Amino acid sequence: MNDYSITILTFIAIQAIVACGLNVIVGYAGQISLGHAAFFGIGAYSSALLTTKAGLTFWAALPLVILITGSIGLVLGMPSLRLREDFLAVTTIGINFIVESVFLYVPFFGGALGLGGIPSITFLGTRLRGPNFLYLCLVLLGLVLLISRRFTKSWAGLACFALREEETAASSMGVSPIRFKLLAFVLGTAMAGMGGALYAHLMRFISATDFGFPLSITLMSMVVLGGIGTLWGPVLGALILGVLPEVFRPLIDYRMLLNAAILLLMIRFQPAGLLGEGSFLRGLFQRKGGTSNG
Amino acid sequence: MLLEVSDLKVCYGDIHAVEGVSLSIGEGELISVIGANGAGKSSLLNCVMGIVPSRGGKVIFCGRDITSLPVHERAREGIRIVPERARVFPRLTVYENLLAGCFGMKDKISFPEKLSWIYGLFPVLEERKSQLGSTLSGGEQQMLAISRALISDPKLLLVDEVSMGLMPVLVDKVFEVMEMLNREHGLTILLVEQNALASLGISSRSYVLETGKIVLEGASGDLLKDPKVQEAYLGL
Repeated sequence: MNDYSITILTFIAIQAIVACGLNVIVGYAGQISLGHAAFFGIGAYSSALLTTKAGLTFWAALPLVILITGSIGLVLGMPSLRLREDFLAVTTIGINFIVESVFLYVPFFGGALGLGGIPSITFLGTRLRGPNFLYLCLVLLGLVLLISRRFTKSWAGLACFALREEETAASSMGVSPIRFKLLAFVLGTAMAGMGGALYAHLMRFISATDFGFPLSITLMSMVVLGGIGTLWGPVLGALILGVLPEVFRPLIDYRMLLNAAILLLMIRFQPAGLLGEGSFLRGLFQRKGGTSNG
Repeated sequence: MLLEVSDLKVCYGDIHAVEGVSLSIGEGELISVIGANGAGKSSLLNCVMGIVPSRGGKVIFCGRDITSLPVHERAREGIRIVPERARVFPRLTVYENLLAGCFGMKDKISFPEKLSWIYGLFPVLEERKSQLGSTLSGGEQQMLAISRALISDPKLLLVDEVSMGLMPVLVDKVFEVMEMLNREHGLTILLVEQNALASLGISSRSYVLETGKIVLEGASGDLLKDPKVQEAYLGL
């Protein structure tokens, strides 16, 4: 594999991590979020600042980054998650724009110039680049998938599913709506933070526009395309939406048009996503006798 | 008294659904509230559960004022509701629906034991245990909703219009189960029904609700003989 494909795959792995986080919020807990890129950005900026200004290594910064992003998720989620559906969607869009503006206009965050000079990641004394960086991303993606799977099998996961399906019925069984929506939100934003840290150290230069609203939409598209609420859906979605622009490079000007067409076709013919309940691919797996938990 | 409701009021904007209702239920009783469509029966029940807020009055459960407790905390106190039109979790399996029913109770009850008891009560649920809630028929969904509430071993079961939309043979079955739960397991049940004949038949006492107010109360046997009740609710 050449350097170019490795870079593309690394981006896809990072976006898959972030999309998995969004899937916890939207797919498992049923809370719409159209501002997920904000938390990806918070993760990237936290890691960049901790490694440049505070002089920490990537490994020392990573747990802090996850903690910071999750905490900000908690604070922003507390008022937002009391809202329902369309109001929540608008609020999360607002969060995205506010966070982007803070990065853009507050000098501490580098302003319009962004943050540069982010150190690369070293592991056992060697700099991680190319395939090795990709392996790190894949390991962390595996971790995120493992946590997602554990979550769906836990009581907290069941509580989130119940809230997603019928909030009133769930709460009249003793499930606290705000508590479990917040739990999913914090878990999802922490995953986004982890992805952000990887992104910062891959690019080594970040600026506010990297984390704008269009990215939130792309992340949501990945989740919807792959199969909302399924384990592997966000990964498949990230892969398809990451590879397509490369395959159709001659059509690069029509990229957004192509994405829109894909989404519309999905919603029309496979509303649960490629790996969702009753989808074509799932049927194929099940007919072969493989057990697909999605 | 297990549950004491005094002067309870429920409003939706300017519309008064429940206007100062008082009722009480002792432990082990099966009480029914009958009334026509729009009399405020469901509002009353939802307010006791905490799903709709009260605009006045008090709800005392086990001697504790729960008027200001949110729904999920009332549930933890041991109140469960079988909601109107079942409201099962459509994309969860029957088993998962039942598991969700005893959320936060895993130390207090033995789930496998309760599960086999439920499967004994409604064998069709065992046959369908790995099917999604949405694939069940209306009657099966209603059975699942009842089971989901029962599995937590509640102190008080609120039942909202369980007969609605069910075929008559199932209505009989569901009412039989209610009666059995009350007689044999001492379960306290507050039944809200349009089907006056059936609910008067299994309850010991009843309240008649009209446009948000209680107009009549007494032993169900006496109400069955009351000419006004016969004319208005029994079609005799």
